[in-house]
Amino acid sequence: MTLRSLQFGALAAVLLGMTGASAANPLTLTIKDHRFTPAEIHVKADEPSQFVLVNNDSTAEEFDSASLKVEKVVAGNAQGVVRIRPLAPGRYPFMGEYHSETAQGIVVAE
Amino acid sequence: MLATLLIVFREVIEAGLIVGIVLAATKGVPRRGLWVTYGVAGGLAGACLVATFAGEIGSLFQGSGQELFDASVLLLAVCMLTWHNVWMAGHGRALAKEIKGVGEAVSAGERPLGALSIVVGVAVLREGSEVVLFLYGIASQGGTSQAAMLAGGALGLLAGAGASALMYVGLLAVPAHRLFSVTSGLITLLAAGMAAQAVLFLQQGGYLEYLTSTVWDTSWLLKQDSLVGRLLHTLVGYNDAPDGAQLLAYAGTIIVILTLMRWERQHRMGAMPTAAGKADETLSTI
Repeated sequence: MTLRSLQFGALAAVLLGMTGASAANPLTLTIKDHRFTPAEIHVKADEPSQFVLVNNDSTAEEFDSASLKVEKVVAGNAQGVVRIRPLAPGRYPFMGEYHSETAQGIVVAE
Repeated sequence: MLATLLIVFREVIEAGLIVGIVLAATKGVPRRGLWVTYGVAGGLAGACLVATFAGEIGSLFQGSGQELFDASVLLLAVCMLTWHNVWMAGHGRALAKEIKGVGEAVSAGERPLGALSIVVGVAVLREGSEVVLFLYGIASQGGTSQAAMLAGGALGLLAGAGASALMYVGLLAVPAHRLFSVTSGLITLLAAGMAAQAVLFLQQGGYLEYLTSTVWDTSWLLKQDSLVGRLLHTLVGYNDAPDGAQLLAYAGTIIVILTLMRWERQHRMGAMPTAAGKADETLSTI
């Protein structure tokens, strides 16, 4: 089990190292009071991108986007990495599924 | 309240459909209720654990712990579904002919039940942990709308369970001699959909970066995040914009399961005329 986790860890480190080089200064998306800041994220089209999702609320949120094909649960006062596949130019809405009346945002690929 | 109801309903029905298929697939097998109960109970306990430690799990592996966890439990379920189908291909016809449910058949019949119990547990764990996180969030927020939202959650739970029960009753309406083929087919597609979903999580976690271009897009016809789209996603792995890696996982799973089932069936038939084969056959038919 430990060896397995170590192997996974090493694999993760290698893979992150590879993607990390292209995203040395990662974007940050913050959740506070069930709203996203910034509510609009610009990424380069046809290139993979990633950002750190920081949840500053005390309750969990699920970053959900059908068009981005991402479903990511982030616990209260926690953070996680959201990876986005290469996108054709366009607008891709996302929401916080648990508070969708306020938690809305959009990724713009250009 | 309506929003809460819908979210809980959606999660419950996604797990409930899988429980319904498992129940239909094990119709007449002794003590299946017990095993399914184990699965649901284990899944609920696991869901609370996962929800409690969601922050810790999420922060593992540089913020990709959730993806790795989801992919792992999905792949575990795929293996268990495969095992069940292959085992049933060897024993199922004999079992279906004479469902008596006594003596040695209990041990023979229970073998795939353990596997299906795990599948039920995984389904309840995945959807349940989201429901727990969501409802916990509502409960801890307070405010005047809290009671209404929790009531919505309870209604969603009931509606989801009711809809899943309908699906089960519907499957039971399938004539007994065809039930085995129908449930085998459903389980194969369920496994294929889960394998593709596991690939999606591995991609989301940054572990798989090949064949990630969308192959086709049917979102104009049926959006995956619509209710029907979600149900089809759970049942047969409907994806409105699959990429190459997901399609490979989907097709590969179907091919592997069908090949193994065929092999097991022929293997069993070939072994039948021998004394050992006969004894084995008797065991599985009682």
